[in-house]
Amino acid sequence: MDISQIIFLIVATATLISALMVVTTRNLVHGALWLIVALFGVAVVFVLLEAGFIAVVQVVLFIGAIAILIIFAMMLTRRALSDEPHQTNSQWPISALVAAASFVALTGLTSFLPDWQWPSLAASDSAQLSGNLQQLGYALVQPNQFALPFQVASVLLIVALIGAVAVAGEKK
Amino acid sequence: MIPLSWYLTLAAALFAIGLYGVLARRNAVAILMGVELMINAVIINLVAFWRYLQPTGISGQVFAVIVFAVAAAEASVGLALIISIYRRRNSVVAEEMNLLKW
Amino acid sequence: MPEFTLQSLGDLIVYLGDLLRFLLGVQLGLPELVVGLIMNLLTVVIVATVALLIPVFTIWLERKVAGRFQDRLGPNRVGPYGLLQSIADVVKLLGKEDITPAGADKVVYNLAPLLSVVSVIAIWAVIPFGPGMIGADIDVGILYVVAISGLGTIAIKMGGWSSNNKFALLGAFRTVAQLVSYEVPMIVALLIPVIIASGFGARHPMSMQEIVIAQGNVWFIIAAPLAALLFFATSIAEIGRAPFDLLEAESEIVAGFHIEYTGMKFGMWMLGEFLHAFTICVLTAVIFLGGWQGPGVNQWPMLGIFYLFAKSFFMYFVVIWVRSTLPRIRIDHLLSFNWKFLVPVSLVALVVTALAQKAMAEWLPGIGDVGQAVGLFIVNAILMFAIVEFIRRGAREARAQAEAEHGSGEPGSGAHDEVSHGEASPGEAAAAATHAPAH
Repeated sequence: MDISQIIFLIVATATLISALMVVTTRNLVHGALWLIVALFGVAVVFVLLEAGFIAVVQVVLFIGAIAILIIFAMMLTRRALSDEPHQTNSQWPISALVAAASFVALTGLTSFLPDWQWPSLAASDSAQLSGNLQQLGYALVQPNQFALPFQVASVLLIVALIGAVAVAGEKK
Repeated sequence: MIPLSWYLTLAAALFAIGLYGVLARRNAVAILMGVELMINAVIINLVAFWRYLQPTGISGQVFAVIVFAVAAAEASVGLALIISIYRRRNSVVAEEMNLLKW
Repeated sequence: MPEFTLQSLGDLIVYLGDLLRFLLGVQLGLPELVVGLIMNLLTVVIVATVALLIPVFTIWLERKVAGRFQDRLGPNRVGPYGLLQSIADVVKLLGKEDITPAGADKVVYNLAPLLSVVSVIAIWAVIPFGPGMIGADIDVGILYVVAISGLGTIAIKMGGWSSNNKFALLGAFRTVAQLVSYEVPMIVALLIPVIIASGFGARHPMSMQEIVIAQGNVWFIIAAPLAALLFFATSIAEIGRAPFDLLEAESEIVAGFHIEYTGMKFGMWMLGEFLHAFTICVLTAVIFLGGWQGPGVNQWPMLGIFYLFAKSFFMYFVVIWVRSTLPRIRIDHLLSFNWKFLVPVSLVALVVTALAQKAMAEWLPGIGDVGQAVGLFIVNAILMFAIVEFIRRGAREARAQAEAEHGSGEPGSGAHDEVSHGEASPGEAAAAATHAPAH
């Protein structure tokens, strides 16, 4: 049980507890704050996975943009100053069952694969991870690597931008 | 050394919690928060597999970056739709949006 | 035992760090993990303390300098030259009653100012004070700075919402709209020195220490003056200072999102804002003015701290100067200035810089740092001249159109409104704003 495992356990527990609070709390804005804590926990997990760029992009995108959007939408769509008394709808027992079943299925998935070997980290891999940022940049623009998904993603973002402005904009 | 199974279990648990949030909440914005949790679980999975299976390659990180872009696009359009619905019907409770139900 | 020579006097902090590590690791025999933990903790405490003590000085400095700009003395009663004024202010704030408004969300209400201050101090973790002196030398320092600014935005929104006050909520909405909008040109303007640093041969061009090291021969403000201006202007908008301080102006929105905060919580908001103002000056100094680079810093690294703070205080003087000179900009002018002017200009600057740097790397490979910087300066100068010409032509057309519509007999708000929609440059937008109902 070395230090990285202890850190992972602490962070994972915090993330899961925050996620549970997101889906069960009655006060929606508190739920959004718990979501921010959960997203931060996920960013720390990325740092543990030695993907520093992904961790920072997670904070910038999810916490700095999406969470703010969610809080904005929440504040703009409140019916009265008080919150709804019931935040869970009538089918919550079945939903809990489905969620538990999916968790069991996902974690038990590997027992269905006959040739599955759990991969372990080779200690030499860490040294080759540096310089990844430049590799990532090259990979996103090389025509024989990932230029096409990059362009498609940018078209998707422009479509989403125009769509969001068109849908939510004030009709004059 | 953190075994890969721990990361996958964390991602599966996050996914299950997000799934419960999507299925069991009334407010549309709360449903969207559940979707965000599920997307985060997927990204954890992607990055964990990248780190353990092919750390010298770059396709795992590229996949994760594209998923980030898709998540941002989806969240913005979803919230724009919710705000537009609120303007029309003055409510964001998902059960009350039943005009297209038979 | 690390030796104490005259050389280590010039490199005092690194020497003390080595000494402490030796004492803890070898003399006391603590395991490597605990030694690392203690060193990191000590770094955190020292950096955070320095960061928190700076506003005490800069608040006094700001009040004196702003007073001089306004042809008056500023505080001069408490202590010599009014130096103890900040301490008197702190004592006053501590003595005030700590009110939580009825119906406010207690946890969020108390957490918001804390989060705001925390998000600013967290930026100090990646600021390089000298060669080898940095809190955490991460690969993606610049993106980390952007990420932490986003956290501060959430703090303001929480503060505004939890006060259970319509003015506070409205102020919080406007604040977040302004902050999130001005992040876009700030991020694009931050990418330009990254491109230039990688052109100068940095291995991790997004790391702050590498950016400072890459400025060894020539500062980035010469290679990218447009990016420096963009970053500085958008950072002033990010911290909510004049001329972008509509969010907290007493005469406009009744102090905006911190209307319900009293006592030390208000003190924390003010502390966070002043610290943020100084932090962006330090960031501008690090990224564009060469950070700790200066004559003789490689022999005596302690000089690096002195150079960094000298440059930061000069930039802080510029911030106070801008605050005392320009009038407040209205919220719609502010947002249209951002989306219609700053974002296109920053994107064009990014593309032009990338093209120019790649072209120089391809066709003039032996040109070196200074040559690349000169080339980029020429490109930047051409770009800025083109932008000013473009704006001037647009303003001329708008003015001609306005005069054709209204004739010369109505030089009032009609013509000026047309002018303000056609022009978007900072000075002219400010001039238009003076005709708008702002004091």
